Amino acid sequence: MNKISAEEIQKIATMSALSLSDDSAATLGSELNDILGYVQQLEAVDTDGVEPTYQLTGLSNVTRPDELVDYKVSNEALLQNAPSLKDNQIVVPKVL
Amino acid sequence: MTIRDIQNTISGGSTVRSVIESAIERAKQDTHNALISVVEDRALQRADEIDASIASGDKLGRLAGVPFVAKDNILTFGSPTTAASSLLETFEAPYQATVIEKLEHEGAICIGKANLDAFAHGGSTENSYFGPTTNAVDETKVAGGSSGGSAVVVATDIVPFSLGTDTGGSIRQPASFNGVVGLKPTYGTVSRYGAVSMASSTDVIGPIATTVEDISLVYEIISGVDERDGTTIAVDEKNTVRDVMKMTIGFINELQSDGVDPEVQLKMDRAKEICRRNGHEIVMVDMPMLTHALAVYYIVVPAELSSNLARYDGIKYGTQIKSDNLVETYKNSRSAGFMDENKRRILIGNYVLSSGYFDAYYKKAQTVRTMLIAEYAKAFESCDVLLGPVTPTPAFSIGEKTADPLSMYLADTMTVGESLAGLSSLSVPAGVTASGLPIGLQISAPMKRDFDTLAFAKQWEIYND
Repeated sequence: MNKISAEEIQKIATMSALSLSDDSAATLGSELNDILGYVQQLEAVDTDGVEPTYQLTGLSNVTRPDELVDYKVSNEALLQNAPSLKDNQIVVPKVL
Repeated sequence: MTIRDIQNTISGGSTVRSVIESAIERAKQDTHNALISVVEDRALQRADEIDASIASGDKLGRLAGVPFVAKDNILTFGSPTTAASSLLETFEAPYQATVIEKLEHEGAICIGKANLDAFAHGGSTENSYFGPTTNAVDETKVAGGSSGGSAVVVATDIVPFSLGTDTGGSIRQPASFNGVVGLKPTYGTVSRYGAVSMASSTDVIGPIATTVEDISLVYEIISGVDERDGTTIAVDEKNTVRDVMKMTIGFINELQSDGVDPEVQLKMDRAKEICRRNGHEIVMVDMPMLTHALAVYYIVVPAELSSNLARYDGIKYGTQIKSDNLVETYKNSRSAGFMDENKRRILIGNYVLSSGYFDAYYKKAQTVRTMLIAEYAKAFESCDVLLGPVTPTPAFSIGEKTADPLSMYLADTMTVGESLAGLSSLSVPAGVTASGLPIGLQISAPMKRDFDTLAFAKQWEIYND
């Protein structure tokens, strides 16, 4: 069975945009290894020729008429939760 | 307390305002930490509007003046929607969920928001930023989760019904632990517009109440295709069973295991005997894939939620922990705003979806899921509904499983199968342990057959009375 190393945990944390202290990486690492050890049981199931199921309703490409619908939601209401606003725009830290 | 009790109070001459004031008062006196917020101004304003409608003889909705509580991962006006996280502690919904709009259209009044495991990740409501909710019957025990608050506000008679969400048992298990009724509707039959997403292929909103009749009424109101949620489907409108007095009831051999608490097993044996005595036919079905359902679940669900929770970046909304660059701001905000269980699941999800592991974990799990769905279909060829325990044990002690996440996950073992297959599934009281802890009976039917589930559940209430 694969064991996730501390280094790998930090790599997944970076992919997840999370910072972990060495201590919590160690704890989470051992918990993750327990969980992955448990789910490893699926290896023993013979799934040859079986297709995966990603969704249950069988719906695809649900569309509606291409018409403007007024959801009665104001710009103010949509922006009110942004931590930082300027001239009705969301302020983000420098990207470049 | 039932919906009818409230309606009788109003038709007996009480104002809706006084009914809502009493409910708010009960909510404020809650000793179980079941509520994150109480909605006062908006609730009383709506009460006055309904009182005015009554005075002028207008046609009233089916829930006119009936107070309810929504799980705090469903968008409502009047108080923040926090998902029990610090990240969304001050989040004010810019619009309301479709389910809330539908209930308000019928005159129901939201008086508060129920506690949950943050982002609905958990099975005990101990993973809440606002502290755990305690069990309605025994305060040393967990409320169950993640809709723990929603179950407790009904069990303690604060409101006659509430809304929860169920991704792998989060309505059924707390309903079972607190001695109330909870329906996980068929996947897709209730709009999720305005719900905080967790796992898109199993999330569903459903009602918790004290009677099957109330569950049926609320479900009738909240279900239906919604153009704002492209994953919605219609439910079969009536029950499809020819004779509800003579149904074929399936029990699953794999769930008769040594892992089931003897007191829970006793109630299941009793349920089987009661059904037989009342003229139902009992069949035993084999579902070997069900023993792998939990492993499938703890791959599929973290994978989906790791994607859904990618939106929380501390920029558009939510608590921002600022840094001078964008990526660090994301990291700081997410690291501070998520609970440990959220992080654990995001990490598992991103791990099983990452290059090199996708086929071995995620695709493999979704393939076993296909086999599980086929087993349910086969089981339903020989029976109308499946019966079994909701959980292997009654409510466990607060703190008992928090140090061992895997043991917490194992408590979901009897509810995740129905979620992965999208079935209709309900928890209804089936008695109590020697120490008085409630035990639930799970009733499941094929997709869209929620009114079969409810028809049998109604019979069960009569037998169990």
